[in-house]
Amino acid sequence: MRTALIAPAVTAILLAQQVAAEAFPSTYQARPSDPTIIEHATILTGDGQRLNDASLYLENGVVRWIGSGETAPNVTRIDGSGKWVTPGLIDVHSHLGVYPSPGVDAHSDGNEATAPVTAEVWAEHSVWPQDPGFSRALAGGITSLQILPGSANLFGGRGVTLKNVSSIHYQGMKFPGAPHGLKMACGENPKRVYGNRNQAPSTRMGNVAAYRSAWIKAQRYVADWERYESEVAKADGDGESSEGGDIAAALLKNTPPKRDLELETLAGALRGEILVHMHCYRADEMMTILDMADEFGYRVSAFHHGVEAYKVADQLAEHGVCGALWADWWGFKMEAYDGIQENIALVDRPEGGCAIVHSDSEEGIQRLNQEAAKAMTKGNRAGLNIPPERAIRWITSNAAKSLGIAHLTGTLAPGMMADVVVWNQDPFSVYAKAEQVYIDGALMYDINDPRRQPHSDFELGQLTGVSP
Amino acid sequence: MKKLLIALCATLVCDSLWADSLLITDAKLYDPATENPIDILVVDGFIEAIGENLDQENADQVIDAAGRPVTPALFAGITATGLSEVGMVRESVDARLNGLYTGLMHPEFDVRDAFNPHSSIVPVTRIEGYGYALLAAGSGDRTLSGQGSLVRFDGGFDSFEGHQVLYANVDGYSARETGGSRAAHWMLLEAAFEEVSRADADLTLISSAGKQVLKNSRKNALYVFHANRAADIHRVIEFAARHRLRAVIAGGQEAWIVRDALAGAGIPVVLNALDNLPGSFDALGARLDNAALLNQAGVTVLFTSGETQNARKVRQVAGSAVAHGLPHDVALAAMTSTPAAIFGGAERSVSVGARADLVIWSGDPLEVNTAADQVIIDGQLDPMVSRQTLLLERYLQEAPAFGRAYSRH
Repeated sequence: MRTALIAPAVTAILLAQQVAAEAFPSTYQARPSDPTIIEHATILTGDGQRLNDASLYLENGVVRWIGSGETAPNVTRIDGSGKWVTPGLIDVHSHLGVYPSPGVDAHSDGNEATAPVTAEVWAEHSVWPQDPGFSRALAGGITSLQILPGSANLFGGRGVTLKNVSSIHYQGMKFPGAPHGLKMACGENPKRVYGNRNQAPSTRMGNVAAYRSAWIKAQRYVADWERYESEVAKADGDGESSEGGDIAAALLKNTPPKRDLELETLAGALRGEILVHMHCYRADEMMTILDMADEFGYRVSAFHHGVEAYKVADQLAEHGVCGALWADWWGFKMEAYDGIQENIALVDRPEGGCAIVHSDSEEGIQRLNQEAAKAMTKGNRAGLNIPPERAIRWITSNAAKSLGIAHLTGTLAPGMMADVVVWNQDPFSVYAKAEQVYIDGALMYDINDPRRQPHSDFELGQLTGVSP
Repeated sequence: MKKLLIALCATLVCDSLWADSLLITDAKLYDPATENPIDILVVDGFIEAIGENLDQENADQVIDAAGRPVTPALFAGITATGLSEVGMVRESVDARLNGLYTGLMHPEFDVRDAFNPHSSIVPVTRIEGYGYALLAAGSGDRTLSGQGSLVRFDGGFDSFEGHQVLYANVDGYSARETGGSRAAHWMLLEAAFEEVSRADADLTLISSAGKQVLKNSRKNALYVFHANRAADIHRVIEFAARHRLRAVIAGGQEAWIVRDALAGAGIPVVLNALDNLPGSFDALGARLDNAALLNQAGVTVLFTSGETQNARKVRQVAGSAVAHGLPHDVALAAMTSTPAAIFGGAERSVSVGARADLVIWSGDPLEVNTAADQVIIDGQLDPMVSRQTLLLERYLQEAPAFGRAYSRH
């Protein structure tokens, strides 16, 4: 009797708590792979090490070993002489699929610019998997990427981390085990979009007031759910002697709070289950945001764009917040006026600094290695000592850290996902090309094999009759 | 004569030093005829001599290139440098005509009248190794958007060079403003050129001044047509031939499809070699080897980044073209001598008699892991200072007790 009563009670709790977490789960499956050894390569492991004339062995979707070890008898051997090997690159800020190519109005699905707080929307529901940008990014070595909503809103909605594989539906790309992101935005964009409509926010102070109002609602939502869950749990605990009747009574007495998609997302961020990715350019605004995060007890995972991050690099490092930045883009708007090309290197400099090179661009995502090269070069010219094995972290392990997937990908170490790029040379060059790209050990792109070069449905049959 | 040996400053403080003559020693030239590093003597802003072991006694200043590459200062592409301080701050942008509805087209609109040589973008761009750009009347909303020309980054109010350049937009995007069809661009252009031969002007289409511009344009002007779709480029070739115009294509993402016709007509293409996505239905054929294919067919290629504030990115654009098949020497010429050859103005080469707008590079100028070590304009060493170098300097220091605003420079 008792179990029969408890089961629905537990189920009810699970349902109430976990519907959001379980909705639209990943259906990703690694593609078929052969055991593969890459030999005699220069390997940048992604966590700061460089190995010369080294070998890397991939088996069953994971890195089995680096250096030396046993291989399967039927192993595929790749001669890595003269080549460089890095973890698969990760772009933490992409709008592929939500602002796809071609960039027609009908494809404009990245900003739900109808209200300043739209934490309830999920970028994944806008992702068009046929965006030709995904395959171009793959040819640039991108194996994982976070698709974010745009920055029109204070709370733009949830971001999703994808594996860069061909799929009819985004769930087949969804990175297994990756938390959602929450896109938030500082500064000019929200105040311009809504201010132009004579609507709040129209100022930076309006921005901050609206964030805080939303967080206050979210705090109440969290408290309501916690109270409800503790009442039910208490009844469950008392239930030993009463055959489960207390649980039923408790459930009846304590009606579950009504689910609210917006507040569910914000509550997830407050609980640390959803990682906050904050579009913010100016140093002073970043500092305000860090104080606000303290006020409400959440963490900012990364500031995105942050062209003034170099002004507060020490504070970012102290707070354990990453800076996801551009190498050289600046001046396109007022809050980007103080951009300098040493920004990434200066954010990388302090102990605990976490610099990331991001793209926010369907062009930039194809050459994150070149963007990192520019930032590395400028840093070195400013007197910082940044070797390639350090700079590669900006587009691999640091990116993985900000997405909450650093235990799965972003470094080459035994047991990690076999997300790997083989470069024809030192990747920090305009002439470097990704020759092979592996995702979970499967060869998803090969520059020399047209059968390993994906093309989206959209590209089929275009320009028929034109000879190359 | 006072002789100074200048140790090359890395990136930060370099005092501006003025002199009449400058000797650059041990310079690597991208010239098959001079394989070994060589000396370059600059007198009064022009290259006086190039040779081995030139006499240092005759130079006010000597700078040792130490085997590093020396090239002419680069071409920054088609930009709004000095016309746009902050892209989205409307009151700081003068690069295009908006809302002046006195006529459908204004070829007489000349952006050079708005050029500000003191814009912070000028040194930001120059210290990255750029000496000149093509000033554009912004495209997008009109069939004929106005005129500009080459501009030098030497700080002068009137540092314009070369031919008058007129800008025409014949693509699908700009057609939104001209009745919704790109065919209307041709309708309007034909009507405007028809006007030129008539005594009375139809002022709803074009002013008398504009008419005069078109009338004179056959003699000395170039028309830059913004077009990406092969069919649009085909129309440009036909139109330019019929009206005897000197045409240049800007954009040109599908230019490779009509490369033989472009070569036959002698029409150059200014392109962004990073374009490889079907970003619109005008660019379904965008591809990374566009520049290489055009060059193979005999079409002259130039580069642009589509940026103004970040125009310095264009050497990465050229490098990418090389990575996808364009010969390095062709790409470098496209960044130095070729734009001047097309749009007029002083010769841009490292040769006797050429203007001494030069750059000493840390390595290959088309690489992303190199930088301009020293820019030389008119034979003078550039101080290599911009708002950005000053910001860097300020934030590399410990914060002064009174706050960053009290930092020393």
